[in-house]
Amino acid sequence: MPFSEHVTATQSSEGQTYSLRLYVAGQTPKSVLAFTNLKRICEQHLLGRYQIEIIDLLENPQLARGDQILAVPTLVRRLPEPIKKIIGDLSNTERVLVGLDLRVRQ
Amino acid sequence: MSPGVDDVIGQEQPTSGAGDSHQGRAGELPKSLTGIRGLDEITRGGLPTGRPTLVCGGPGSGKTLLALTFLVNGALQFDEPGVLMTFEENEGEIASDVASLGFDLPELVKAQKLAVDYVRVERSEIEETGEYDLEGLFVRLDHAIRTVGARRVVLDTIESLFAGLKNDTILRSELRRLFRWLKEQGVTALITGERGDGALTRQGLEEYVSDAVILLDHRVHDQVSTRRLRVVKYRGSHHGTNEYPFLIDADGISVLPVSSLALRHKAPLDRVSSGVARLDEMLSGEGYYRGSTILVSGTAGTGKTSLAAHFLDAACGRGERCLCFLFEESPQQLLRNMRSIGIDLEPWTASGLLQFHADRPSRYGLETHLVTMHQAVADFQPTVTVIDPVTNLMTVGTYTDVQAMLTRLIDHLKTANITAMLTSLMPGPGDIERTETAISSLMDTWIVLANDQVGNRHRRGLYVLKSRGMAHSNELCEFVMTNHGLDLLAGAGTTHRVVGGVENGSAEGGVRHAVL
Repeated sequence: MPFSEHVTATQSSEGQTYSLRLYVAGQTPKSVLAFTNLKRICEQHLLGRYQIEIIDLLENPQLARGDQILAVPTLVRRLPEPIKKIIGDLSNTERVLVGLDLRVRQ
Repeated sequence: MSPGVDDVIGQEQPTSGAGDSHQGRAGELPKSLTGIRGLDEITRGGLPTGRPTLVCGGPGSGKTLLALTFLVNGALQFDEPGVLMTFEENEGEIASDVASLGFDLPELVKAQKLAVDYVRVERSEIEETGEYDLEGLFVRLDHAIRTVGARRVVLDTIESLFAGLKNDTILRSELRRLFRWLKEQGVTALITGERGDGALTRQGLEEYVSDAVILLDHRVHDQVSTRRLRVVKYRGSHHGTNEYPFLIDADGISVLPVSSLALRHKAPLDRVSSGVARLDEMLSGEGYYRGSTILVSGTAGTGKTSLAAHFLDAACGRGERCLCFLFEESPQQLLRNMRSIGIDLEPWTASGLLQFHADRPSRYGLETHLVTMHQAVADFQPTVTVIDPVTNLMTVGTYTDVQAMLTRLIDHLKTANITAMLTSLMPGPGDIERTETAISSLMDTWIVLANDQVGNRHRRGLYVLKSRGMAHSNELCEFVMTNHGLDLLAGAGTTHRVVGGVENGSAEGGVRHAVL
């Protein structure tokens, strides 16, 4: 199951656009799951105002330093600022929403 | 098995995870020199090549410095590029930390001999959700190793990850995988860990890194600190098991492996005068051997410093450079006191032949004293050195520490062919200080000064307890302090006058008896 390098949703006039980066290392079950989860969450909560960039560290190892990537998968919210990081397969939707500041921490 | 950096990816390592079973075979494992003086001797050749070694110790114990020295020496001396993965300080901080030691990290990075990667983990910035692994860390490490063709890797301090990530289970299994992976890369790795309560490291890293473990310790005894190093474990190799004092100075780390005092000093045959003609006569007519070490011991006021002053005066008179460490008096006091017995050292200090270094013993720890003395010797390049009194250093360390320090110092002076005189203050007649028994075996010549009283007359006596490699007088000779210095009353050897002796039970006899 191939990833698309960029999944760009149409810009929305309301709210801020979320610029997201998903770091993976090869197509492992975890990374595929993370991507699936992310896509679902974005469609549900950020419809029309998100952008996902997938970076495979096996292909671009030098990119790991810039965003201080340690764990994979790591989701980085580059915009809106400040930068947020969520690690793991994103299977806990609640936590992902909290991590993205889309929901207030309970 | 030590695969090159280039041929490891994708290559199956049948022994991975079972690498431990290789140990215990006949013959020692290949080792990689650290270039750290002393450590390579204790470990008989360095760290295990292609395997991880754990260095643990408390904060400020010198872990990072030891690790960096290992890397820098690898790059500069052994043509082994290295990778530094740092978890606590960034590149700039690390570089400035070690710049004072002459390590130019940016230059090494530029020359592709070193790759530095700062891994920052901030718990507050990270949300954890679901399963993950630390492949990102592996990717970074692998990338850094390939960039410079690294043979050495330092992880400092990987335990920081435990503070940054919540899932200990994942972390532990990933660390286990990391150390196995490092072995597969064939890199000689050094992993630092913070000392934990009742364990070598807080997170029990010693479970994962089991090939070699080095423990650093920074102890304070009587408000004076001493650093020590111990090789706790070294699989498949013999190693020194003692605690060794080590020091950190302008040249970096050096460990003092006392047992390594190899007998490699030159044994010059030329002699130097003691500055007292009759004492020279007692020493087979010619004085001390050049490059030898002389101990002058006695109770308070017996004339130890005066004997040292004679020695300095004579050496300066021959045009020799003399360095004098004072741990009791200031140079001015010494100059004044010696002038009162007719020894004027002032012209020599004025001409630069004689230099004093006065310090309170309690001012520093032993290691710092040692360092300071080494540096003073290196700077001044003396041929004669006096330490007055060496016993005052006893106050700043334990018996073993002082012994180790003096051994190292004397070793250094002998190697440099410097004639050294150490004075030693005995607390009372008949007492042989522990220092003296500790260092006497290092001494080539031992002169004992003693006082006694006969009637209402106070007498001073001197005898040569030992003097290696020469026929010396065994007589106890009386001397007086005159306005031209210390004057032995009798011609030594032949027409001597014995003052006291074992047989007559005088005070000197008591001293002598105790000594023998």
